[in-house]
This record gives sequence, C-alpha cells and structure tokens, in this order.
Amino acid sequence: MFLINCPYCGERDQQEFKAGGEAHIERPKQPTELSDDEWAEYLFMRKNIKGVQFERWNHAHGCRKWFNMVRDTSNDEIKAIYKMGEKPPSQ
Amino acid sequence: MRNKYSVFSLIKNALSYHENWQRAWKDPTPKQEYDAVIVGGGGHGLATAYYLAKKHNMNNIAVVEKGWIGGGNTGRNTTIIRSNYLWDASAGLYDHALKIWEGLSQELNYNVMFSQRGVMNLAHNLQDVRDLKRRTHANRLNGIDAVYLSTEEVKKFCPIINTSPDIRYPVLGGTLQRRAGTARHDAVAWGYARGADAMGVDIIQNCEVKGIKRNGDSVEGIETTKGFIKTKKVGVVAAGHSSVIANMAGLRLPLESKPLQALVSEPVKPIIDTVVMSNAVHAYVSQSDKGELVIGAGTDDYVSYTQKGSHQIVEGTLNAILELYPIFSRMRMLRQWGGIVDICPDASPILSKTSIKGLYFNCGWGTGGFKATPGSGDLFAHTIANDEPHKLNAAFNLNRFVSGDLVDEHGAAAVAH
Repeated sequence: MFLINCPYCGERDQQEFKAGGEAHIERPKQPTELSDDEWAEYLFMRKNIKGVQFERWNHAHGCRKWFNMVRDTSNDEIKAIYKMGEKPPSQ
Repeated sequence: MRNKYSVFSLIKNALSYHENWQRAWKDPTPKQEYDAVIVGGGGHGLATAYYLAKKHNMNNIAVVEKGWIGGGNTGRNTTIIRSNYLWDASAGLYDHALKIWEGLSQELNYNVMFSQRGVMNLAHNLQDVRDLKRRTHANRLNGIDAVYLSTEEVKKFCPIINTSPDIRYPVLGGTLQRRAGTARHDAVAWGYARGADAMGVDIIQNCEVKGIKRNGDSVEGIETTKGFIKTKKVGVVAAGHSSVIANMAGLRLPLESKPLQALVSEPVKPIIDTVVMSNAVHAYVSQSDKGELVIGAGTDDYVSYTQKGSHQIVEGTLNAILELYPIFSRMRMLRQWGGIVDICPDASPILSKTSIKGLYFNCGWGTGGFKATPGSGDLFAHTIANDEPHKLNAAFNLNRFVSGDLVDEHGAAAVAH
C-alpha cells in the first residue's frame, strides 16, 4: 500500500487506483500480417521485472484518467509519474 | 544410511533427550557438475528432485535455493488441497496430485499431516449456483468426487456459517469435495528434502542463481553465488521469481508476479473441521492443528516482489469472513504475511520445455500451487528426464500462448483468484 501522485488530482491513496500492467507495449500497426508468435508476444508475454518497471495506472475511483508510472517493484518505490503520450523519463 | 522414523526411533531418541537425531539432510558444497540442477528449493522443486532420483534414476542432481528450503511460498500458503477443477486437463493434473497426497506420508516416511477434511465452495448468487453445478457435473464425469449442497446441507456440514437470507451475500448453496483437505506445508518440503537427500540429491541452500550460461540454444550451466555449476539440464521452479530467471536466459514468460496475502488468528479450540472457500467474497478459512484460523485473501492487482500486500485486501477478506461467521467477531489476528505468486493469463500453470534445449520451466501456479506439489514434482521430473512432457502435463506447455489452446481456469474452478 502506498500513495500515488495522480498527475491530475494530486496525492491519493493507492486503493483509489487500478493497475494496468506493463506500459509502452505498442499495438501492432499491421495486425493482419502478424504471425501467431508475434501475437503471443504482444498479448501475453511480459517483462515482469524485479526492479524498475514502466507501467500504466488508472485513477479508477477519482478522475478515471490513465497515466504512466515508473516504479521499483522490489520495494514499491515510485520513481516518476508522467501523462499518457509523454516520453518516459530516462532512468 | 537413512534411519527410519517410527515409534521405536522416537522412544530410542527420547532416552537420549532427543539430542542425537540424525540430520534430515546434508549441507553439501556444490560439485562442479551435475546431470541436472533444479532451481528453487520449495515443495515443487524438492518434489521434482525426489522423483527424478526415485523414478528416473537421476541421482547426480542438485537443488539450489537462494534462501532456505520451504521459506518461500511453500511456507506462506494456506495449505488447501483439492482437485475439483473444471477442465479435463486441470482435473487430470490436480487429481494426479491428490492421489499421491493420499499415500505421501507413508511413501516419504514423514508425516505431512494430510487431512481429508473436505473442501466446501460456497455460491452467493445465481451465476455462482450455475457455475458450481456445472463444475460438479464436470468433476463427476472426470471421476472426481463432488457433490452439490443446498443451503440447508451447507449449514449442516458447517454449522457456524451464517446462512440467513438477509446477509449481503447470502449462501445459496455450495459444493463439497470430501477427499480434499489440508496438509502441513513445512513438512511437505522437509519430507521431500529428506527423501531426495537419502537418494543422493545435493540440496544447496543460500545459493542464488545469478545467470544461465548458454552455448547457442543449449544450456551449459548456471552461475551462482557459490560459483559456476556445469549442467546440461536446468529445471526452474522459482514461483514468483520465474520471470527473473527467464530474463537471465533471454526468455520472456506470460507471467505477472503479485503479492498474495494470508493471515492467522490466535489459537482457539476446534471450531471449524473443514475448509470453506468463497469465490464471490474472496475469503477462505480453515483451522490448523494448533488451533489458529488460517485465512486467505486475494492478490493485489499490481506487480510487486515485496512479499507484503495492501491493507484493504485483508480488510475486505475479514469483512466477508465476519459476515459469514459472526462467531469470529472477537477473534484477534496474530500474524499476516504475503507471498509472491506468478500468475498466468489463463490461471493455469506451465510445466514445459522451452526454446532453449535443456531449460525447463515449472511456474505459473499463481494463487493455488501448494495442492499440486506432489503431482507437479512427478510430472516435471518426467518432463526433464525424458525431454518430453507426460500426457498429464502436455496441455500445460508454453506453446499454448501461441496456439491459443489455453486452459482457462479463471473463476471457472471456484478458485479464489
């Protein structure tokens, strides 16, 4: 349990938020040309990093907006928060 | 030579004040090379090593464990054992394990305190009723004992449940698997460790894997905190840390690691003689032989390796427990902890070869791996020894995420996912 600084609402309790998994997984531009292996990679395979991970969160019980977060999954420390469409900060 | 545990050995050792018991397993330094190395000394990893030695005559093998054996999810689960899964593939897998459980204490000469006290799954809405009835029929077609109970029968089987129609999630019925139950989780790890050690398996604790050495598409060995170990076969049974090991080998797995919590109360006299699970309100409870209520909660929805979870998860579970069992309202909780569970998109495990020759993964057991420990070890040992899956774990390959042939047990098995 931790506090999350929503870029639209400010600091709120984590239980107001919904985790949306790994960030920056690009939707295939040519889905009809994708092989089964590439579909599996896009749909199912995840980095699941122990350490600094880029992920998406949604302020589900607040402004309901999506944003990105850089978080260390080994200690739940939040390194950075940035809006959708913005470039991820360099580590 | 391993001394046998019996009433006579107990009496004999009592005479010397229990100071001369033989060590249950050795503390070896790693050899330079093994025929196979199992990464992860939990129940599944130790069982794998045990069956590799016992059924496949692979005695020159090692189990490497970064902490102490049974200190991960093996020591953190709520010890529930059942096999009432919906799909044929899962029913085959989990009932294989349940059949081994039934003779495990005798086989290992180690009391794993397997107790077939029954597991009851409750239905709280009409969809639950339909799902549980469907699962009961599916179980019976697969030869797994299952009965559907009415509200009155639920009350009769476990009288302390509040079956009033006025509660927020009324009990509309339930299922019962009488062969299901619980076992002592630590004893399972210790029993398999002792059995494997007796057959020559090296159990190396405090030995963390730092890298997997490959020669092209084959495994050559593992880098560990105790040096390089040469081996052609590596079986990874690392639960929540499976992705970490996979990343070392340049693989990606369809897993997310999340904290799952459990808690126990102060010990009290026997009050609940079965296991009751409720999917809809996400709470399950049983009572340990020490008298503690063992209560399980749900997972957090974010990836974390911290072995702790959010307070609101526990709060939600306890709200549900109190509504279902008002008698527990003044119980005090003693301890709460978390374990890191590796969850697959279809909530079914992976026991599989990989694209790298000699590298095998046994992972993705998610929130319910303990029950499968003996079967998982047996089938994974078969997969490693023969470089081919057993027919019971063939469906649980990594390729199912490419072919789309998923084993979708999410919610369908009355699992508290």
